[in-house]
Amino acid sequence: MGRTLAEKVWDEHVVRSAQGEPDLLYIDLHLIHEVTSPQAFEGLRLAGREVRRPDLTLATEDHNVPTLDWDKPIADPVSRTQVDTLRRNAGEFGVRLHPLGDVEQGIVHVVGPQLGLTQPGMTIVCGDSHTSTHGAFGAIAFGIGTSEVEHVLATQTLMQAKPKTMSVTIDGSLPAGVTAKDMVLTLIAHTGTGGGQGYIVEYRGQAIEELSMEGRMTVCNMSIEWGAKAGLIAPDETTFAYIEGRPEAPRGADWEAAVAHWRTLVTDDDATFDKEIVLDASTMTPFVTWGTNPGQGVPLGGTVPAPEDFEEPNARVATEKALEYMGLTAGTPMRDIRVDTVFVGSCTNGRIEDLRLAAEVIRGHRVAAGTRLLVVPGSVRVRLQAEEEGLDLVFKEAGAEWRGAGCSMCLGMNPDQLAPQERSASTSNRNFEGRQGKGGRTHLVSVPVAAATAVRGTLSSPADLGPTTEGDD
Amino acid sequence: MDAFTTHTGVGVPLRRSNVDTDQIIPAVYLKRVTRTGFEDGLFAAWRNDPDFVLNRSAYAAGSVLVAGPDFGTGSSREHAVWALQNYGFKAVISARFADIFRGNAGKAGLLAAEVDDKVVQRLWEHLEANPGASVTVDLTSRTVRAGEGEEAIVDSFDIDDYTRWRLLEGLDDIGITLGHDADIAAYEAGRPAWKPATQHAR
Repeated sequence: MGRTLAEKVWDEHVVRSAQGEPDLLYIDLHLIHEVTSPQAFEGLRLAGREVRRPDLTLATEDHNVPTLDWDKPIADPVSRTQVDTLRRNAGEFGVRLHPLGDVEQGIVHVVGPQLGLTQPGMTIVCGDSHTSTHGAFGAIAFGIGTSEVEHVLATQTLMQAKPKTMSVTIDGSLPAGVTAKDMVLTLIAHTGTGGGQGYIVEYRGQAIEELSMEGRMTVCNMSIEWGAKAGLIAPDETTFAYIEGRPEAPRGADWEAAVAHWRTLVTDDDATFDKEIVLDASTMTPFVTWGTNPGQGVPLGGTVPAPEDFEEPNARVATEKALEYMGLTAGTPMRDIRVDTVFVGSCTNGRIEDLRLAAEVIRGHRVAAGTRLLVVPGSVRVRLQAEEEGLDLVFKEAGAEWRGAGCSMCLGMNPDQLAPQERSASTSNRNFEGRQGKGGRTHLVSVPVAAATAVRGTLSSPADLGPTTEGDD
Repeated sequence: MDAFTTHTGVGVPLRRSNVDTDQIIPAVYLKRVTRTGFEDGLFAAWRNDPDFVLNRSAYAAGSVLVAGPDFGTGSSREHAVWALQNYGFKAVISARFADIFRGNAGKAGLLAAEVDDKVVQRLWEHLEANPGASVTVDLTSRTVRAGEGEEAIVDSFDIDDYTRWRLLEGLDDIGITLGHDADIAAYEAGRPAWKPATQHAR
């Protein structure tokens, strides 16, 4: 019987398999950042262990770094200690690090693909749940905890029980103005936050094939938000074109050998999945969340639901609590919700294509009075590329804040946070209570919705915008 | 890691589903470089509410958390497990755990016991009717027990065999894996040369 893509990649990485034990899986690339690694390095030090493969390990600073004054010492002493600890550990254990100020610094999941380190058929882990992003290239990529970070540092392997397989087929084409983000938010509302639990998911179908690599990364990024172990997409010409020529991509004969292998990384026609979901992209519309988990979403044209709309008792209680936290009344049209802050960035939507999309919507408009727009590139390379294209000027002329690279307001670990009761429209991945700052209220949205919302001050799509002021003077 | 066989302690009913790791410990508390001291961040936002279960004296010394389904979703932060342990929790009972949280719990020695949703409901009712009542989680027999007589709750819980064995023995994963060093070296010898590296021989 044939095998699925996920099974092929998994099988290629099994170092040891024994009855009654998890597989011992080889890890091709281990990405590291400052927040989930200090205790792992300390564990190595206490046990007198080394990093087995520093040449398969890459560190960057992203979660805890400021997006203003990044050339100055970090103001918060506790944050500074954590970043300094990573620098010391990288130096002591011989790990390549792209620190704040380095041209390759940025969000770990933006940096890997950008350097060409993320390639099809790999196993990639990081002490960060959004490691699933790298699945867009046909890799098995997933987040791990700090104990596992230490395990990978010491052994370059992980003990993992083989997950079940699921296919999510998205037929048809996305309508104009509807993005990969809307697609994945629609999917999560369909499955719930636990629907993918225990599965490696393969996204396939026409709408997936039609996505750019950036769009595919957005979809795979949010696999964890519906509980999947990992999400991946079969590599194709779009994938190869994205990788070719990047700094760490194979070259010459190596490139030919690599691509020849990558072409075999598809699910066989006679393979079967443990579960299958089919959705139609052509009926999808801009999608936004109203609640406090990523599954609590509705079309932008919809209204805030009521607890009685749900049959399951846990869902009713969750809805009640979410509405109270979010300060929303059932029945309110989503478009009537006023927003204080718009955040464009994160490993979900902080790549160059996202910034181009945002700039296209914003160009010639002004950010609404009383609304703040924060644009945070996913990496220094993305920032420099955007500046070369003049996108920074579009944002600044509209009244937005143009920042340095990092995770920023996605998780509110650095100073970029919401105030209590402040409401955001955010292109990031989580609307959990307090995620963007204590008491903050988050609506997850696509990049075009974020940009249009910044202009109107209420949840909006670009279709809601009036004519631009461009050329008026 | 200390071995885990059985534990009896005050049960804490947390009537919430989808308790994500940002609720268990918000990001601003993740800046420490140690494995201890995270109890101050545990459920930080909810602990401002005087009615929150851990703010009620009967439950304050809790060591067995009983929570709704999809516990530990979201971020991979193992700090969530440490915060629960630093506070004094030895076990969490839920109808469904997020994968990464369950993995982290197993590595750090916190028992994540998966039970039927009906068992969670019964435990909630029992613990709310009897604040400060104990719950026993017995890893040897994979059972959860609470109450006495006709009202007694006795049911089985799920945990994978390998994690159970490691917890019972208190084994260090890295030590086990390093025992397979020859297998790892053999695998490495067969890796294709075109696989990417972050450092290159000059």
